[in-house]
Amino acid sequence: MPDSNTVGLNTEVAPRTLIAVRSPLVPRLLRWDIVVSALLLVLLLCSFSFVSDFGDALNLSFLIGNTLPIALIALPMTLLVVSGEIDLSVGSTAGLSGAVMGALWNDGLAIQVIIPLCLALGLVCGLINGLLVTRLGLPSLAVTIGTMAAYRGIAQIVLGSNSVTDFPQQYLDFGSGRIAGTFIPYAAIPWAVLAVLAIVLLHATGVGRSLFAIGAAEEAAYFAGIRVKRLRLSMFVTTGFVSSLTGVFWVLHYASARYDNATGLELSVIAAVLLGGVDFDGGKGTLGGAIAGVFLLGTLQNAMSLVNVSAQSQIVVTGVLLVISVLGPRVGRQLALAKFLT
Amino acid sequence: MSVLSPAGRTSLHRTATALVLTAALAGATAACSGTTKNNSADTNTTQAVVASGSANPNAPTKTGLTVAYLPKQVNNPYFTISDTGGKQALTALGEKYEEVGTNSSTDTAGQVSYVNTLTQQQVGAIALSAQDPAALCTALKQAMTNGIKIVTYDSDTDADCRQIFVSQASSEALGRTEVQLLAKEINYNGEIAILSAAQTATNQNTWIGYMRDELSLPAYKNMKLVTVAYGNDDAQTSFQQTQGLMQQYPNLKGIISPTTVGIKAAAQYLSGSQYKGKVALTGLGTPNDMRAYVKNGTVTAFELWDPAKLGELAAYAATALVSGQITGAQGQTFKAGSLGTFTIGAQGVVTLGDPTVFNAADIDQYNF
Amino acid sequence: MTMTIGSAPPDLAQPARRRSLIDLVLRVRELAIAAVLILMLGATQLDNGSFLSVQGIKDLLLNAAILVLVATGEAVVVITRNVDLSVGSVLGISAFAAGDFLQGGGNPLLAVLIAVAVGLAFGLLNGLLVSMGQVPALVVTLGTLYIIRGVDSIWVGSREITANALPHSFSAFGYEGASFIPYLVLPAAAVLIAVAYYLRSYRSGRELYALGSSPEAARLAGVPVRKRLLVAYLACGGLAGLAGALYLARFGNVDSGTGTGYELTVVSAVVVGGVAFTGGSGSVYGAALGAVLLTSINSVLPAIGVSSVWELAIDGFLLLAAIAVDRLVALRVARVLRKRAAAARSVGHA
Repeated sequence: MPDSNTVGLNTEVAPRTLIAVRSPLVPRLLRWDIVVSALLLVLLLCSFSFVSDFGDALNLSFLIGNTLPIALIALPMTLLVVSGEIDLSVGSTAGLSGAVMGALWNDGLAIQVIIPLCLALGLVCGLINGLLVTRLGLPSLAVTIGTMAAYRGIAQIVLGSNSVTDFPQQYLDFGSGRIAGTFIPYAAIPWAVLAVLAIVLLHATGVGRSLFAIGAAEEAAYFAGIRVKRLRLSMFVTTGFVSSLTGVFWVLHYASARYDNATGLELSVIAAVLLGGVDFDGGKGTLGGAIAGVFLLGTLQNAMSLVNVSAQSQIVVTGVLLVISVLGPRVGRQLALAKFLT
Repeated sequence: MSVLSPAGRTSLHRTATALVLTAALAGATAACSGTTKNNSADTNTTQAVVASGSANPNAPTKTGLTVAYLPKQVNNPYFTISDTGGKQALTALGEKYEEVGTNSSTDTAGQVSYVNTLTQQQVGAIALSAQDPAALCTALKQAMTNGIKIVTYDSDTDADCRQIFVSQASSEALGRTEVQLLAKEINYNGEIAILSAAQTATNQNTWIGYMRDELSLPAYKNMKLVTVAYGNDDAQTSFQQTQGLMQQYPNLKGIISPTTVGIKAAAQYLSGSQYKGKVALTGLGTPNDMRAYVKNGTVTAFELWDPAKLGELAAYAATALVSGQITGAQGQTFKAGSLGTFTIGAQGVVTLGDPTVFNAADIDQYNF
Repeated sequence: MTMTIGSAPPDLAQPARRRSLIDLVLRVRELAIAAVLILMLGATQLDNGSFLSVQGIKDLLLNAAILVLVATGEAVVVITRNVDLSVGSVLGISAFAAGDFLQGGGNPLLAVLIAVAVGLAFGLLNGLLVSMGQVPALVVTLGTLYIIRGVDSIWVGSREITANALPHSFSAFGYEGASFIPYLVLPAAAVLIAVAYYLRSYRSGRELYALGSSPEAARLAGVPVRKRLLVAYLACGGLAGLAGALYLARFGNVDSGTGTGYELTVVSAVVVGGVAFTGGSGSVYGAALGAVLLTSINSVLPAIGVSSVWELAIDGFLLLAAIAVDRLVALRVARVLRKRAAAARSVGHA
């Protein structure tokens, strides 16, 4: 990805900006995030009609509950990817928060104290990532692979072989219960609030536009007066915060704090966000697409399980979708270019 | 490194302020009494859940039920055998069988997801080998509320999240006989170590507890357990942990590995090293896995139960529960086909029997 | 442009000096890892006298052999500024393919070739997707990671290959050796030397570095980008396949979960070894040293009695340290190159 830290060694600017997405030859409807949203609608319709029990309130609450961790982290992850960075340590941050939550609970601290502390821990984890990337100029992919191992390792040291389960009942109920008479889990409400905040931030404020600018052409953004490093740092801190929030939710939802909670979550989030049409090189994508991608994968897994498709086949489907999600837009662009030039 | 720019200092400053405020807030709330482990109402009972209604031992066995097997991990040879045993029993009874599960044995969220799916599908009963004793409880309790019977086998959950636990052999018998087997091989003299699986595995920790207890008996006064190593049920890790054991304790005389992955890896390493034949190895392994090592002298004897019988027993227990013949209370009995009649013990535990010891003399009679 | 008579034109002297500077920097990076490795092993030997016994050294080399092989292939891909995340899945499926063949009574050498062929096939798939589609390698190989893992699980099902099913000569290759050098290390070492020589001395090898350094410039300079990428991914896949055969010999046990999660270990080894994700730098020797370092840590900790609970955290910090060091080195090199370029220009304009 274009990287301000390799000035002098690499001054590549992606030529794709020449083929404007606003070209009249590319129908606006063929934008990948719209395609994904349409796919989600089609899938939902099919599932409601043909998969028995799919529309049951209980099942829908399962669906949403299972997808919530990914949906939560996908929000700041989209912001990060749009600005040209990535964070693979989100699962480990969530796991570390959960482990600390369990350890502190065993030490007798009050839950009202523990949760803010765990959230602050997430801020610190994100801050470390952000500082390593912005101050030391290290590539975020490599850094977050390192912190992914480091944070998970610390979680293992903190909690060891224990699993803590006896949290206060009303908190556990919040984590796993749903609003009476509906299929909406309690925890979906804070998520909805965060989602609205994120959408407004990315698509309706100057900050959001700056993120797009940084992802598309970092040099230009810097010279245009955008505080690139500060924005990047804030994005990493936010990601860390939301990851620790997810970790706390995970513990309450599954009523179990273990050091290996949320292992592998990062790959699921990235797969979902990429599926939703957010460009990996940065500068393009919408939160709507990312959210659609998250729920597309979640619905697919839920529906496939209900019709007894094996876990292995589900994995293959996820992989194929991922490959298509990147090939699709590129192929579309090649076609558009071919049309444009002939 | 470079000096922070004014903008950088401000943003760091702000974040630091935020952290301090959070800590202060936390401290302030701590001053008021919060909900802690000690004063939160304990709603977790430790009684096994007994199905509602009374048991009618003469009730007819229902047919056409679906019993779903949810092992710790699918495509794990051990669970394939146990679940196939269950399938055979169910087919003989006229019930329907299905098997679902996660690819990884540490994907608790995935296992919970499957419990939810099965609840949604309204199966008759679930036969479950739990990855974690407590994480599944919320989902299991919801399943039981929906009328689904829960039988755990191989690895248990908390007692209030299921009706019956089908135990392969009593944990105590397993732990103690492992020590007895090894002690005989090393003449009750020398340093020994344990190569376990994951640190968090319930069954492992229970067995290790009984092993330590057995070792404290006077007969073993010349034997010493020097350490417990964890191989995480991963071949390479178990390998390297075994190497580490030999290097850290050059006088090690014996290793107990109560995990099929661990014992395989340890045996593979020992048989290719200078320690072959000098260090005794025993533990829990399947005859097919261990055949090569018994034949080449690395392992003298090891034990296991018949996983197929375990799966079978779980099938009979589940069917009896759904048919109303038992409710999971202590003292009730039920028939399990060719396996015989079983009585439910305390906390809803049904024990299959004693572990079987395999050695060079009889290993070829088994094929699993 | 004026030139003083008698002095050599500065341009001709520059490339030689520039080349030796970069060579020096690279060698320093590898020497640094080697130094850390020797220090660590030495300290452990002092603490535990039997660590570096004949058996001990043999074990260290055996443990590292497989990772060295896969890391070599991965390094070739990372040098071109791409990545291959599917290596773990490829290792698993090729190990089972070889085992399945041997179980049916096949020839061991043929089994190894089958494993390599399976690896090459998937390498081709990855290479085609990345080079033809011009798509980010991370995403595509993440997708193929899932696909190959799923296909492997479906194909293997609940079967497994056990040591009993393998011919004795094949298993023996997995642990026997001459004194402290195990036979298993020989293919890994041979491949390492061959690939390093190719990258260093062949034009097409150097072009891989050019691709990683600046894809646009390489393209404009006439480097056949697609062909080179394809070769890089073929190499990576083929070596992962070979590693699968060696895994089978070493561990004697393969099922549908074999190799899961291995890709992160491989990527860590490569990064620790100095092959940065930004492409165009590092060497396969560095990647091999990184692989040896990472596997040795897992042997050092048990030998000195540190609980294995610390392994993951230590691996993470090591990775971060390696990345930071690489960054500093890259900045230094860039600065020096800029100075030289400026000096050359000013001399030319004098």
